[in-house]
Amino acid sequence: MNQQNPLKKAWRIASTLLSVYYAYMLEYRAELLFWVLSGSLPIILMGIWIQAARTGDFTLTPVEFARYFLAVFLVRQFTVVWVIWEFEREVVEGKLSFRLLQPLNPIWHHFASHFAERFARLPFAFILVALFFWLYPQAFWIPDIGQLILALVVIVLAFALRFLIQYTLSMAAFWTERASSLEQFGFLFYLFLSGIIAPLEVFPPVVREIALWTPYPYLIYFPANLLVGLPVDVGRGLLVMLGWSVGLYVLYRWLWRKGLRQYSGMGA
Amino acid sequence: MERYWHVLKLFWATALAAELEYRVNFLIATLSSVGGLAGSLFGLFLFYRTGYTFQNWNWEQALIVLGMFTLLQGFSATFLAPNLNRIVRHIQQGTLDFVLLKPINSQFWLSTHTVSPWGMPDLLFGAVMIVYAGNRLGVEAQNYLLGLLPIGFGFVMLYSLWFMLGAMSIWFVKIYNVTEVLRGLLEAGRFPMVAYPMGYRIFFTFVVPVAFLTTIPAEVILGRGSVGWLAGAAVLAGFLLWASSAFWQFALRFYTSASS
Repeated sequence: MNQQNPLKKAWRIASTLLSVYYAYMLEYRAELLFWVLSGSLPIILMGIWIQAARTGDFTLTPVEFARYFLAVFLVRQFTVVWVIWEFEREVVEGKLSFRLLQPLNPIWHHFASHFAERFARLPFAFILVALFFWLYPQAFWIPDIGQLILALVVIVLAFALRFLIQYTLSMAAFWTERASSLEQFGFLFYLFLSGIIAPLEVFPPVVREIALWTPYPYLIYFPANLLVGLPVDVGRGLLVMLGWSVGLYVLYRWLWRKGLRQYSGMGA
Repeated sequence: MERYWHVLKLFWATALAAELEYRVNFLIATLSSVGGLAGSLFGLFLFYRTGYTFQNWNWEQALIVLGMFTLLQGFSATFLAPNLNRIVRHIQQGTLDFVLLKPINSQFWLSTHTVSPWGMPDLLFGAVMIVYAGNRLGVEAQNYLLGLLPIGFGFVMLYSLWFMLGAMSIWFVKIYNVTEVLRGLLEAGRFPMVAYPMGYRIFFTFVVPVAFLTTIPAEVILGRGSVGWLAGAAVLAGFLLWASSAFWQFALRFYTSASS
Protein backbone atom coordinates (compact mmCIF):
# COMPACT_ATOMS: atom_id res chain seq x y z
CA MET A 1 0.00 0.00 0.00
CA ASN A 2 1.20 3.47 -0.70
CA GLN A 3 1.91 5.34 2.48
CA GLN A 4 0.87 8.84 1.57
CA ASN A 5 1.15 11.91 3.64
CA PRO A 6 -2.44 12.33 4.98
CA LEU A 7 -2.38 16.07 4.35
CA LYS A 8 -1.33 15.53 0.76
CA LYS A 9 -4.06 12.96 0.30
CA ALA A 10 -6.71 15.27 1.70
CA TRP A 11 -5.53 18.01 -0.63
CA ARG A 12 -5.70 15.67 -3.61
CA ILE A 13 -9.23 14.56 -2.75
CA ALA A 14 -10.38 18.12 -2.16
CA SER A 15 -8.96 19.49 -5.37
CA THR A 16 -10.38 16.60 -7.40
CA LEU A 17 -13.84 16.99 -5.91
CA LEU A 18 -13.81 20.74 -6.39
CA SER A 19 -12.70 20.63 -10.00
CA VAL A 20 -15.25 17.94 -10.83
CA TYR A 21 -18.10 19.81 -9.22
CA TYR A 22 -17.00 23.12 -10.70
CA ALA A 23 -17.11 21.61 -14.18
CA TYR A 24 -20.50 20.11 -13.38
CA MET A 25 -21.92 23.44 -12.20
CA LEU A 26 -20.61 25.26 -15.26
CA GLU A 27 -22.80 22.95 -17.34
CA TYR A 28 -25.83 24.62 -15.81
CA ARG A 29 -24.96 28.26 -16.30
CA ALA A 30 -28.44 29.28 -17.44
CA GLU A 31 -29.98 27.59 -14.46
CA LEU A 32 -27.49 29.32 -12.18
CA LEU A 33 -28.40 32.70 -13.57
CA PHE A 34 -32.03 32.11 -12.62
CA TRP A 35 -31.04 31.00 -9.14
CA VAL A 36 -29.09 34.22 -8.75
CA LEU A 37 -32.07 36.25 -9.92
CA SER A 38 -34.49 34.39 -7.68
CA GLY A 39 -32.64 35.83 -4.70
CA SER A 40 -34.16 39.22 -5.49
CA LEU A 41 -35.87 39.67 -2.13
CA PRO A 42 -33.17 41.94 -0.61
CA ILE A 43 -33.32 44.17 -3.67
CA ILE A 44 -37.10 44.49 -3.34
CA LEU A 45 -36.82 45.33 0.35
CA MET A 46 -34.06 47.77 -0.44
CA GLY A 47 -36.50 49.86 -2.44
CA ILE A 48 -39.09 49.96 0.29
CA TRP A 49 -36.57 50.80 3.03
CA ILE A 50 -34.93 53.54 0.98
CA GLN A 51 -38.33 55.08 0.46
CA ALA A 52 -39.14 54.72 4.17
CA ALA A 53 -35.84 56.20 5.33
CA ARG A 54 -36.41 59.33 3.25
CA THR A 55 -39.28 60.49 5.42
CA GLY A 56 -39.46 58.16 8.40
CA ASP A 57 -37.38 58.11 11.55
CA PHE A 58 -35.06 55.12 11.21
CA THR A 59 -31.52 54.67 12.46
CA LEU A 60 -30.00 54.34 8.99
CA THR A 61 -29.90 56.76 6.07
CA PRO A 62 -31.25 55.79 2.61
CA VAL A 63 -27.73 55.25 1.27
CA GLU A 64 -26.84 53.03 4.21
CA PHE A 65 -29.96 50.98 3.58
CA ALA A 66 -29.01 50.63 -0.08
CA ARG A 67 -25.52 49.42 0.80
CA TYR A 68 -26.80 47.13 3.51
CA PHE A 69 -29.27 45.35 1.26
CA LEU A 70 -26.76 45.05 -1.55
CA ALA A 71 -24.41 43.40 0.93
CA VAL A 72 -27.26 41.13 2.04
CA PHE A 73 -27.86 40.15 -1.56
CA LEU A 74 -24.17 39.30 -2.02
CA VAL A 75 -23.79 37.43 1.25
CA ARG A 76 -26.89 35.42 0.48
CA GLN A 77 -25.56 34.49 -2.94
CA PHE A 78 -22.51 32.97 -1.30
CA THR A 79 -24.27 31.20 1.52
CA VAL A 80 -27.15 29.54 -0.34
CA VAL A 81 -27.49 25.91 0.71
CA TRP A 82 -29.82 23.25 -0.66
CA VAL A 83 -28.20 20.10 0.69
CA ILE A 84 -31.33 18.83 2.46
CA TRP A 85 -33.17 18.21 -0.82
CA GLU A 86 -30.22 16.27 -2.26
CA PHE A 87 -29.66 14.29 0.89
CA GLU A 88 -33.34 13.47 1.21
CA ARG A 89 -33.40 12.20 -2.35
CA GLU A 90 -30.32 10.08 -1.84
CA VAL A 91 -31.82 8.45 1.22
CA VAL A 92 -35.28 7.93 -0.24
CA GLU A 93 -33.94 6.51 -3.50
CA GLY A 94 -31.24 4.49 -1.75
CA LYS A 95 -28.42 6.23 -3.61
CA LEU A 96 -26.66 6.89 -0.35
CA SER A 97 -25.53 3.25 -0.38
CA PHE A 98 -23.02 3.89 -3.19
CA ARG A 99 -21.65 6.89 -1.39
CA LEU A 100 -21.18 4.85 1.75
CA LEU A 101 -18.95 2.42 -0.12
CA GLN A 102 -16.39 5.14 -0.72
CA PRO A 103 -13.73 5.74 1.93
CA LEU A 104 -14.95 9.32 2.32
CA ASN A 105 -17.75 10.73 4.42
CA PRO A 106 -20.59 11.75 2.03
CA ILE A 107 -20.75 15.18 3.63
CA TRP A 108 -17.64 16.14 1.65
CA HIS A 109 -19.33 15.46 -1.67
CA HIS A 110 -22.12 17.82 -0.75
CA PHE A 111 -19.80 20.39 0.73
CA ALA A 112 -17.60 20.37 -2.36
CA SER A 113 -20.52 20.72 -4.72
CA HIS A 114 -21.82 23.73 -2.80
CA PHE A 115 -18.40 25.27 -2.50
CA ALA A 116 -17.60 24.87 -6.20
CA GLU A 117 -20.95 26.33 -7.15
CA ARG A 118 -19.95 29.59 -5.45
CA PHE A 119 -17.23 30.12 -8.04
CA ALA A 120 -19.58 29.41 -10.91
CA ARG A 121 -21.98 31.98 -9.45
CA LEU A 122 -19.33 34.64 -8.98
CA PRO A 123 -19.46 36.26 -12.45
CA PHE A 124 -23.26 36.68 -12.38
CA ALA A 125 -23.16 38.22 -8.95
CA PHE A 126 -20.47 40.70 -9.97
CA ILE A 127 -22.34 41.70 -13.11
CA LEU A 128 -25.42 42.43 -11.01
CA VAL A 129 -23.38 44.46 -8.54
CA ALA A 130 -21.85 46.48 -11.35
CA LEU A 131 -25.33 47.05 -12.77
CA PHE A 132 -26.51 48.20 -9.38
CA PHE A 133 -23.75 50.79 -8.99
CA TRP A 134 -24.37 52.00 -12.50
CA LEU A 135 -28.04 52.59 -11.64
CA TYR A 136 -27.38 53.98 -8.19
CA PRO A 137 -23.89 55.52 -8.12
CA GLN A 138 -24.40 57.37 -4.82
CA ALA A 139 -24.34 54.05 -3.01
CA PHE A 140 -20.86 53.16 -4.26
CA TRP A 141 -18.35 52.50 -1.52
CA ILE A 142 -14.95 50.89 -1.16
CA PRO A 143 -14.66 48.85 2.02
CA ASP A 144 -11.60 49.14 4.20
CA ILE A 145 -9.18 46.36 3.23
CA GLY A 146 -8.90 44.87 6.75
CA GLN A 147 -12.67 44.96 7.11
CA LEU A 148 -13.06 43.32 3.70
CA ILE A 149 -10.77 40.42 4.59
CA LEU A 150 -12.58 39.95 7.87
CA ALA A 151 -15.92 40.02 6.02
CA LEU A 152 -14.70 37.37 3.56
CA VAL A 153 -13.60 35.11 6.40
CA VAL A 154 -16.96 35.57 8.12
CA ILE A 155 -18.82 34.82 4.89
CA VAL A 156 -16.97 31.51 4.61
CA LEU A 157 -17.80 30.75 8.25
CA ALA A 158 -21.42 31.75 7.70
CA PHE A 159 -21.65 29.42 4.74
CA ALA A 160 -20.16 26.59 6.82
CA LEU A 161 -22.61 27.26 9.65
CA ARG A 162 -25.60 27.42 7.33
CA PHE A 163 -24.47 24.21 5.70
CA LEU A 164 -24.11 22.54 9.06
CA ILE A 165 -27.57 23.67 10.19
CA GLN A 166 -29.17 22.23 7.10
CA TYR A 167 -27.09 19.08 7.06
CA THR A 168 -28.04 18.35 10.66
CA LEU A 169 -31.70 18.75 9.73
CA SER A 170 -31.13 16.44 6.75
CA MET A 171 -30.40 13.63 9.16
CA ALA A 172 -34.16 13.52 9.75
CA ALA A 173 -34.37 11.91 6.31
CA PHE A 174 -33.34 8.62 7.93
CA TRP A 175 -36.60 8.60 9.86
CA THR A 176 -39.06 10.46 7.65
CA GLU A 177 -39.54 10.73 3.91
CA ARG A 178 -40.02 14.47 3.86
CA ALA A 179 -37.16 15.99 5.76
CA SER A 180 -37.31 19.02 3.51
CA SER A 181 -40.53 20.19 5.12
CA LEU A 182 -38.51 20.70 8.30
CA GLU A 183 -36.22 22.96 6.36
CA GLN A 184 -39.20 24.90 5.04
CA PHE A 185 -40.20 25.55 8.61
CA GLY A 186 -36.67 26.41 9.67
CA PHE A 187 -36.36 28.74 6.72
CA LEU A 188 -38.91 31.07 8.32
CA PHE A 189 -36.54 31.79 11.19
CA TYR A 190 -33.78 32.31 8.71
CA LEU A 191 -35.91 34.70 6.69
CA PHE A 192 -37.19 36.83 9.52
CA LEU A 193 -34.33 36.77 12.04
CA SER A 194 -31.25 36.81 9.84
CA GLY A 195 -31.57 40.40 8.73
CA ILE A 196 -32.80 39.69 5.20
CA ILE A 197 -36.01 41.65 5.72
CA ALA A 198 -34.36 44.49 7.64
CA PRO A 199 -31.12 45.26 9.48
CA LEU A 200 -31.34 44.36 13.13
CA GLU A 201 -30.94 48.03 14.07
CA VAL A 202 -34.58 48.64 13.24
CA PHE A 203 -35.84 45.64 15.23
CA PRO A 204 -37.43 46.25 18.63
CA PRO A 205 -34.60 45.91 21.21
CA VAL A 206 -36.04 42.78 22.86
CA VAL A 207 -36.35 40.91 19.59
CA ARG A 208 -32.87 42.00 18.59
CA GLU A 209 -31.35 40.68 21.81
CA ILE A 210 -33.08 37.32 21.41
CA ALA A 211 -32.15 37.08 17.75
CA LEU A 212 -28.50 37.75 18.51
CA TRP A 213 -28.30 34.55 20.53
CA THR A 214 -29.64 32.44 17.65
CA PRO A 215 -27.31 31.51 14.80
CA TYR A 216 -29.43 33.32 12.20
CA PRO A 217 -28.16 36.94 12.34
CA TYR A 218 -24.62 35.66 11.90
CA LEU A 219 -25.53 34.13 8.56
CA ILE A 220 -26.51 37.42 6.91
CA TYR A 221 -26.61 40.47 9.15
CA PHE A 222 -23.16 40.05 10.67
CA PRO A 223 -21.16 39.56 7.45
CA ALA A 224 -23.25 42.18 5.63
CA ASN A 225 -22.53 44.75 8.30
CA LEU A 226 -18.82 43.99 8.15
CA LEU A 227 -18.90 44.43 4.40
CA VAL A 228 -20.68 47.79 4.63
CA GLY A 229 -18.63 48.95 7.60
CA LEU A 230 -21.48 49.40 10.06
CA PRO A 231 -20.56 48.78 13.70
CA VAL A 232 -20.82 45.20 15.00
CA ASP A 233 -19.46 43.29 17.96
CA VAL A 234 -16.90 41.14 16.15
CA GLY A 235 -15.73 39.14 19.17
CA ARG A 236 -19.19 38.16 20.28
CA GLY A 237 -20.22 37.35 16.73
CA LEU A 238 -17.33 34.98 16.17
CA LEU A 239 -17.88 33.32 19.54
CA VAL A 240 -21.58 32.72 18.96
CA MET A 241 -20.83 31.32 15.51
CA LEU A 242 -18.19 29.03 16.95
CA GLY A 243 -20.48 27.88 19.75
CA TRP A 244 -23.30 26.97 17.40
CA SER A 245 -20.96 25.28 14.94
CA VAL A 246 -19.46 23.03 17.60
CA GLY A 247 -22.86 22.20 19.07
CA LEU A 248 -24.37 21.39 15.70
CA TYR A 249 -21.36 19.33 14.67
CA VAL A 250 -21.66 17.15 17.75
CA LEU A 251 -25.40 16.77 17.15
CA TYR A 252 -24.83 15.90 13.50
CA ARG A 253 -22.25 13.22 14.33
CA TRP A 254 -24.58 11.68 16.86
CA LEU A 255 -27.59 11.69 14.50
CA TRP A 256 -25.46 10.39 11.65
CA ARG A 257 -24.38 7.34 13.63
CA LYS A 258 -27.92 6.62 14.82
CA GLY A 259 -29.33 7.26 11.36
CA LEU A 260 -26.94 4.91 9.60
CA ARG A 261 -28.15 2.09 11.80
CA GLN A 262 -31.68 3.00 10.78
CA TYR A 263 -30.86 3.25 7.08
CA SER A 264 -32.12 0.36 5.00
CA GLY A 265 -30.95 1.32 1.51
CA MET A 266 -34.41 1.35 -0.05
CA GLY A 267 -34.52 0.91 -3.79
CA ALA A 268 -30.84 0.18 -4.20
CA MET B 1 -67.93 21.25 -20.21
CA GLU B 2 -69.63 18.72 -17.97
CA ARG B 3 -66.99 16.18 -18.81
CA TYR B 4 -64.28 18.56 -17.66
CA TRP B 5 -66.11 19.14 -14.42
CA HIS B 6 -66.38 15.42 -13.82
CA VAL B 7 -62.69 14.86 -14.60
CA LEU B 8 -61.74 17.71 -12.28
CA LYS B 9 -63.61 16.11 -9.40
CA LEU B 10 -61.85 12.81 -10.01
CA PHE B 11 -58.43 14.49 -10.19
CA TRP B 12 -58.84 16.31 -6.94
CA ALA B 13 -60.38 13.45 -5.00
CA THR B 14 -57.40 11.22 -5.85
CA ALA B 15 -54.89 13.96 -5.18
CA LEU B 16 -56.37 14.69 -1.77
CA ALA B 17 -56.51 11.02 -0.87
CA ALA B 18 -52.84 10.65 -1.80
CA GLU B 19 -51.71 13.72 0.12
CA LEU B 20 -53.63 12.79 3.24
CA GLU B 21 -51.24 9.88 3.61
CA TYR B 22 -48.82 12.41 5.03
CA ARG B 23 -50.81 13.76 7.94
CA VAL B 24 -47.81 14.90 9.96
CA ASN B 25 -47.01 17.11 7.01
CA PHE B 26 -50.27 18.90 7.48
CA LEU B 27 -49.21 19.78 11.00
CA ILE B 28 -45.86 21.07 9.76
CA ALA B 29 -47.57 23.01 6.97
CA THR B 30 -49.91 24.64 9.48
CA LEU B 31 -47.02 25.49 11.76
CA SER B 32 -45.16 26.95 8.79
CA SER B 33 -48.17 29.04 7.87
CA VAL B 34 -48.51 30.36 11.40
CA GLY B 35 -44.80 31.12 11.50
CA GLY B 36 -44.92 32.76 8.09
CA LEU B 37 -47.87 34.86 9.19
CA ALA B 38 -46.10 35.99 12.36
CA GLY B 39 -43.02 36.86 10.34
CA SER B 40 -45.01 38.81 7.75
CA LEU B 41 -46.74 40.80 10.46
CA PHE B 42 -43.40 41.44 12.11
CA GLY B 43 -41.95 42.63 8.81
CA LEU B 44 -44.77 45.11 8.38
CA PHE B 45 -44.64 46.16 12.02
CA LEU B 46 -41.00 47.20 11.61
CA PHE B 47 -42.17 50.06 9.41
CA TYR B 48 -45.05 51.17 11.58
CA ARG B 49 -43.45 50.91 15.01
CA THR B 50 -41.65 54.24 14.74
CA GLY B 51 -44.74 56.07 13.56
CA TYR B 52 -43.87 55.91 9.87
CA THR B 53 -46.79 55.05 7.58
CA PHE B 54 -46.89 54.20 3.91
CA GLN B 55 -48.50 57.15 2.23
CA ASN B 56 -52.29 56.84 2.61
CA TRP B 57 -52.10 53.35 4.09
CA ASN B 58 -52.58 53.04 7.82
CA TRP B 59 -51.80 49.82 9.69
CA GLU B 60 -55.16 48.12 9.05
CA GLN B 61 -55.15 49.09 5.40
CA ALA B 62 -51.66 47.71 4.98
CA LEU B 63 -52.89 44.53 6.70
CA ILE B 64 -55.39 44.06 3.90
CA VAL B 65 -52.57 44.09 1.36
CA LEU B 66 -50.69 41.55 3.46
CA GLY B 67 -53.85 39.44 3.66
CA MET B 68 -54.10 39.51 -0.13
CA PHE B 69 -50.51 38.39 -0.35
CA THR B 70 -51.12 35.51 2.07
CA LEU B 71 -54.21 34.51 0.10
CA LEU B 72 -52.18 34.49 -3.08
CA GLN B 73 -49.48 32.39 -1.45
CA GLY B 74 -52.10 29.88 -0.40
CA PHE B 75 -53.58 29.83 -3.88
CA SER B 76 -50.24 29.16 -5.51
CA ALA B 77 -49.27 26.49 -2.99
CA THR B 78 -52.61 24.73 -3.42
CA PHE B 79 -53.20 24.93 -7.14
CA LEU B 80 -50.23 26.28 -9.05
CA ALA B 81 -47.01 24.92 -7.60
CA PRO B 82 -47.99 21.22 -7.49
CA ASN B 83 -49.18 21.26 -11.10
CA LEU B 84 -47.07 23.71 -13.00
CA ASN B 85 -43.77 22.68 -11.47
CA ARG B 86 -44.46 19.22 -12.80
CA ILE B 87 -44.61 20.29 -16.45
CA VAL B 88 -40.83 20.25 -16.57
CA ARG B 89 -40.66 16.68 -15.39
CA HIS B 90 -43.18 15.59 -18.02
CA ILE B 91 -41.03 17.17 -20.68
CA GLN B 92 -37.76 15.84 -19.32
CA GLN B 93 -38.99 12.27 -19.06
CA GLY B 94 -41.13 12.28 -22.16
CA THR B 95 -44.32 11.49 -20.23
CA LEU B 96 -45.94 14.51 -21.82
CA ASP B 97 -46.75 12.11 -24.66
CA PHE B 98 -49.33 10.38 -22.51
CA VAL B 99 -50.92 13.67 -21.59
CA LEU B 100 -51.15 14.75 -25.21
CA LEU B 101 -52.77 11.46 -26.19
CA LYS B 102 -55.69 11.93 -23.79
CA PRO B 103 -58.95 13.18 -25.29
CA ILE B 104 -58.90 16.30 -23.20
CA ASN B 105 -57.30 19.71 -23.45
CA SER B 106 -53.66 19.24 -22.47
CA GLN B 107 -53.38 22.63 -20.80
CA PHE B 108 -56.37 21.75 -18.65
CA TRP B 109 -54.89 18.40 -17.72
CA LEU B 110 -51.51 19.90 -16.81
CA SER B 111 -52.99 22.77 -14.82
CA THR B 112 -55.54 20.92 -12.75
CA HIS B 113 -54.23 17.42 -12.40
CA THR B 114 -53.45 17.68 -8.74
CA VAL B 115 -54.23 19.84 -5.76
CA SER B 116 -52.29 20.12 -2.55
CA PRO B 117 -54.04 20.75 0.75
CA TRP B 118 -50.87 22.28 2.24
CA GLY B 119 -51.78 25.72 1.00
CA MET B 120 -55.16 25.70 2.75
CA PRO B 121 -53.93 27.24 6.03
CA ASP B 122 -52.55 30.20 4.09
CA LEU B 123 -55.82 30.65 2.19
CA LEU B 124 -57.67 30.65 5.49
CA PHE B 125 -55.29 33.02 7.29
CA GLY B 126 -55.28 35.41 4.36
CA ALA B 127 -59.07 35.57 4.34
CA VAL B 128 -59.20 36.01 8.11
CA MET B 129 -56.66 38.82 7.99
CA ILE B 130 -58.60 40.66 5.29
CA VAL B 131 -61.92 40.33 7.11
CA TYR B 132 -60.40 41.26 10.48
CA ALA B 133 -58.72 44.40 9.16
CA GLY B 134 -61.75 45.20 6.99
CA ASN B 135 -64.15 45.01 9.92
CA ARG B 136 -61.99 47.31 12.01
CA LEU B 137 -62.13 49.77 9.15
CA GLY B 138 -65.87 49.29 8.77
CA VAL B 139 -65.80 47.85 5.27
CA GLU B 140 -69.27 47.09 3.89
CA ALA B 141 -70.31 43.64 2.77
CA GLN B 142 -70.74 44.62 -0.86
CA ASN B 143 -67.16 45.85 -0.96
CA TYR B 144 -65.92 42.40 -0.05
CA LEU B 145 -68.04 40.96 -2.84
CA LEU B 146 -66.74 43.53 -5.28
CA GLY B 147 -63.22 42.69 -4.09
CA LEU B 148 -63.66 39.10 -5.21
CA LEU B 149 -63.56 40.34 -8.79
CA PRO B 150 -59.98 41.73 -8.79
CA ILE B 151 -58.84 38.83 -6.60
CA GLY B 152 -60.11 36.46 -9.27
CA PHE B 153 -58.33 38.49 -11.96
CA GLY B 154 -55.18 38.30 -9.87
CA PHE B 155 -55.41 34.52 -9.65
CA VAL B 156 -55.88 34.27 -13.42
CA MET B 157 -52.90 36.54 -14.09
CA LEU B 158 -50.63 34.64 -11.75
CA TYR B 159 -51.70 31.32 -13.22
CA SER B 160 -51.13 32.49 -16.78
CA LEU B 161 -47.69 33.92 -16.11
CA TRP B 162 -46.64 30.84 -14.22
CA PHE B 163 -47.96 28.51 -16.89
CA MET B 164 -46.17 30.38 -19.66
CA LEU B 165 -42.88 30.24 -17.80
CA GLY B 166 -43.43 26.54 -17.16
CA ALA B 167 -44.22 25.96 -20.83
CA MET B 168 -40.90 27.52 -21.81
CA SER B 169 -39.25 24.35 -20.62
CA ILE B 170 -40.28 22.79 -23.93
CA TRP B 171 -37.32 24.64 -25.40
CA PHE B 172 -35.05 24.96 -22.39
CA VAL B 173 -35.47 21.88 -20.27
CA LYS B 174 -33.11 23.03 -17.55
CA ILE B 175 -34.71 26.35 -16.73
CA TYR B 176 -37.51 25.15 -14.52
CA ASN B 177 -36.31 27.50 -11.82
CA VAL B 178 -37.37 30.48 -13.88
CA THR B 179 -40.64 30.16 -11.97
CA GLU B 180 -38.59 30.73 -8.81
CA VAL B 181 -37.62 34.13 -10.20
CA LEU B 182 -41.31 34.93 -10.57
CA ARG B 183 -41.98 33.79 -7.02
CA GLY B 184 -39.13 35.93 -5.76
CA LEU B 185 -40.55 38.99 -7.49
CA LEU B 186 -44.03 38.32 -6.13
CA GLU B 187 -42.67 39.01 -2.65
CA ALA B 188 -43.00 42.66 -3.58
CA GLY B 189 -46.76 42.17 -3.17
CA ARG B 190 -46.44 42.16 0.60
CA PHE B 191 -46.56 45.94 0.67
CA PRO B 192 -48.75 48.53 -1.07
CA MET B 193 -47.19 49.96 -4.19
CA VAL B 194 -46.82 53.49 -2.82
CA ALA B 195 -44.26 52.14 -0.39
CA TYR B 196 -41.81 51.75 -3.27
CA PRO B 197 -39.74 54.34 -5.12
CA MET B 198 -40.97 55.35 -8.58
CA GLY B 199 -38.79 52.99 -10.60
CA TYR B 200 -39.93 49.99 -8.60
CA ARG B 201 -43.59 51.00 -9.00
CA ILE B 202 -43.31 51.14 -12.75
CA PHE B 203 -41.55 47.79 -12.84
CA PHE B 204 -44.09 46.10 -10.58
CA THR B 205 -47.05 47.51 -12.45
CA PHE B 206 -46.09 47.22 -16.08
CA VAL B 207 -43.33 44.61 -16.28
CA VAL B 208 -44.36 42.14 -13.58
CA PRO B 209 -47.96 43.01 -12.67
CA VAL B 210 -47.59 42.58 -8.91
CA ALA B 211 -49.63 45.74 -8.31
CA PHE B 212 -52.65 44.04 -9.87
CA LEU B 213 -52.30 41.05 -7.57
CA THR B 214 -52.42 42.68 -4.15
CA THR B 215 -52.61 46.48 -4.12
CA ILE B 216 -55.49 46.88 -6.54
CA PRO B 217 -57.74 44.25 -4.93
CA ALA B 218 -57.03 45.84 -1.54
CA GLU B 219 -58.02 49.26 -2.85
CA VAL B 220 -61.26 47.88 -4.23
CA ILE B 221 -62.12 46.40 -0.83
CA LEU B 222 -61.30 49.70 0.82
CA GLY B 223 -63.76 51.34 -1.55
CA ARG B 224 -61.23 53.53 -3.28
CA GLY B 225 -60.52 51.45 -6.35
CA SER B 226 -61.05 53.19 -9.65
CA VAL B 227 -63.03 51.77 -12.54
CA GLY B 228 -60.05 52.37 -14.80
CA TRP B 229 -57.69 50.12 -12.85
CA LEU B 230 -60.38 47.48 -12.44
CA ALA B 231 -61.03 47.43 -16.15
CA GLY B 232 -57.30 47.32 -16.73
CA ALA B 233 -57.04 44.29 -14.46
CA ALA B 234 -59.86 42.56 -16.36
CA VAL B 235 -58.27 43.23 -19.73
CA LEU B 236 -54.84 42.14 -18.54
CA ALA B 237 -56.19 38.94 -16.99
CA GLY B 238 -58.13 38.08 -20.13
CA PHE B 239 -55.17 38.83 -22.33
CA LEU B 240 -52.73 36.78 -20.24
CA LEU B 241 -55.10 33.82 -20.15
CA TRP B 242 -55.48 33.95 -23.90
CA ALA B 243 -51.73 34.37 -24.32
CA SER B 244 -51.01 31.36 -22.11
CA SER B 245 -53.22 29.15 -24.22
CA ALA B 246 -51.85 30.49 -27.49
CA PHE B 247 -48.30 30.17 -26.20
CA TRP B 248 -48.91 26.55 -25.21
CA GLN B 249 -50.24 25.68 -28.64
CA PHE B 250 -47.24 27.36 -30.19
CA ALA B 251 -44.79 25.64 -27.85
CA LEU B 252 -46.27 22.22 -28.54
CA ARG B 253 -45.21 22.51 -32.15
CA PHE B 254 -41.63 22.29 -30.94
CA TYR B 255 -42.16 19.35 -28.65
CA THR B 256 -40.08 16.43 -29.85
CA SER B 257 -40.65 13.90 -27.07
CA ALA B 258 -37.71 12.86 -24.96
CA SER B 259 -38.04 9.12 -24.82
CA SER B 260 -38.89 8.02 -28.33
